[in-house]
Amino acid sequence: MRNQNTVSRRQRVIQRMCLAPYSVWAALFIVVPLLFVAYYAFTDNNFNFTFNNITRFFTATSSVADEAGVTREVRTYLLIFMRSLKLAVISTFICLLMGYPAAYIISKASARVQSILITLIMIPMWMNFLIRTYAWMTILQDTGIFNSMIGLIGLKPIHIIGTESAVVIGMVYDYFPYMILPIYSVMAKMDEKLIEAARDLGCDGFGVLRRVIWPLSLPGVFSGITMVLVPSISTFYISQKLGNGKFYLIGDAIEGQYVANNLHFAAAIAFILMVILLACMAIFQRAANKRAAV
Amino acid sequence: MKKIIELKNVTKSFDGQVVLDNINLDIYDNEFLTLLGPSGCGKTTTLRLIAGFESADQGDIIFLGEDIKDVPPHKRNVNTVFQRYALFPHLNVFENVAFPLRERRVPKAEIEEKVHEMLKLVALSGFEKRSVTSLSGGQQQRVAIARALVNSPKVLLLDEPLAALDLKLRKDMQSELKKIQKATGITFVFVTHDQEEALSMSDTVVVMSEGRIQQIGTPVDIYNEPTNAFVADFIGESNILDGVMLEDKKVRFHGHTFTCVDGGFAPKEPVDVVVRPEDVDIVPEEKGMLKGVVTSVTFLGVHYEIIVDINGFKWMIQTTDFVDVDEHIGLYIEPDAIHIMKKSEYSGMFGDYSSFSMEMDEIGELGEEDLEELGEAAAAESEGDA
Repeated sequence: MRNQNTVSRRQRVIQRMCLAPYSVWAALFIVVPLLFVAYYAFTDNNFNFTFNNITRFFTATSSVADEAGVTREVRTYLLIFMRSLKLAVISTFICLLMGYPAAYIISKASARVQSILITLIMIPMWMNFLIRTYAWMTILQDTGIFNSMIGLIGLKPIHIIGTESAVVIGMVYDYFPYMILPIYSVMAKMDEKLIEAARDLGCDGFGVLRRVIWPLSLPGVFSGITMVLVPSISTFYISQKLGNGKFYLIGDAIEGQYVANNLHFAAAIAFILMVILLACMAIFQRAANKRAAV
Repeated sequence: MKKIIELKNVTKSFDGQVVLDNINLDIYDNEFLTLLGPSGCGKTTTLRLIAGFESADQGDIIFLGEDIKDVPPHKRNVNTVFQRYALFPHLNVFENVAFPLRERRVPKAEIEEKVHEMLKLVALSGFEKRSVTSLSGGQQQRVAIARALVNSPKVLLLDEPLAALDLKLRKDMQSELKKIQKATGITFVFVTHDQEEALSMSDTVVVMSEGRIQQIGTPVDIYNEPTNAFVADFIGESNILDGVMLEDKKVRFHGHTFTCVDGGFAPKEPVDVVVRPEDVDIVPEEKGMLKGVVTSVTFLGVHYEIIVDINGFKWMIQTTDFVDVDEHIGLYIEPDAIHIMKKSEYSGMFGDYSSFSMEMDEIGELGEEDLEELGEAAAAESEGDA
């Protein structure tokens, strides 16, 4: 017994030593920067404690002119946040709508075809997202590839660049793999016998999907939604390039303040965004767990 | 008796390999029919054809007089108990059993009533709210049976349902399944590679090998009157010898002419002779019809299993008399213990017990996963010992 204990204690020490590099790395590059963000968010330029940055996010106003030329006062950052949220939700929804069937079809293919398709989906992720965004600029321009193509089949050019649609297209393109991959990995592991059992017990094709495949794939759907929604809320640059800067998003706001050297306010926006996202994720996760427990 | 299912000249192949070769089988109302054979004999494919998961290349599957070739699984009045249960992990015990009822939009009160009735039948009352993943293998098995029976199918298909259970539990479930079958009056089609299981549970046993049916009969018929060397070897233990039929009721093997009870063969026709190990009497050497030397003795509790060398052919004999290794003994065989079979493609493939090992036979039947489980169980045992 004694001997066994010393062995397992030694193993524990070794385990901890193996983890040490990661712990140091995580502390240095994850925890410390987060603390800095919080520290900057609650201090002014002289590093005195203040709530001003936080309150500014909620109270700052500016006047915008609508199409009729009427100007009205709005809460600047709340408006930007809601716009970010709206575009992110739309993008996530489109990703789910396209990604779910795609993941299902891939998971049903032969092993060889599966690995080819998954590689094809991942290849764009190896390219820098700025380059991908520039590619979409040239595709969607009024005289771009897209409009020349539909011109060839006799349709009138469509003005896309500089609209919300263009921003959504960019987001969907960028984050689509993050939706497909978690759903695919759940579906690929699903027991074929469960599907046979459902058919045996009276389900037609749609019944099998609704009562077995969909509920069992929910963990993948939840993590797919998380992995698309979170980065697309905080995304920047896509809207500047594809939206012609007309749809200023919360990520752009942080970048803008940072570039303008308002580090403390940039940190405050980032901090608030982080808190809101964490709260949303916690609620979401709880709902997901509840589903899984039934 | 009414025919429920008829398979007529059914042939099926996968990737050019014939799995079922011209199968003809009638399944009657209210019977417990077992498809028995080694792995790869086509028994599971036969079951999947009836369930609708596979379609036959040729031949017809008739269900209550109607060809069901184009009927999808969810519209067939049969249900399946899968080998590894295939319970829905996202649903609790109640919802697993209620699954087929909800699909048919049965009224709520009726669902409650039926599910409770089924859970009572499989002795799982009170488990309604439990998660299926928290149940033991035997309990999961019962849920799977309840779920398959709740629709009151005409036929219940069971695909090696007891293979993953340990021996004790398997015995209990065998008698319980038999009881359930009697109580419900539903036709059971049961697939297994375990001959003992097949003999003890079935009304009818269908012995299969290499995609063909070798014999159909009651357990007693199959055991006492095997049609060929394969069946004789697969069901129970047998000494299978080359013999020549001299005339009706006279057969010669090992240089001795025996009186038997079979007839109807051509004069001098070569035949396979089967003698079951428990049907051989040990007598003093000078009184024996055959003489041999004992080469091994194994004590098995109820009886000894001894191997006797007779002119190089190793006989297995089960006896309650003690004999010692190297003892010279005589064998005496009653006429009705000698069973004569026509020569078949299996003649000569099964013979004596010179390379006999029970363990090897059993391991050969198990899949890789089962072997892993065995390994784990053995590991757990040795831990317990320490």
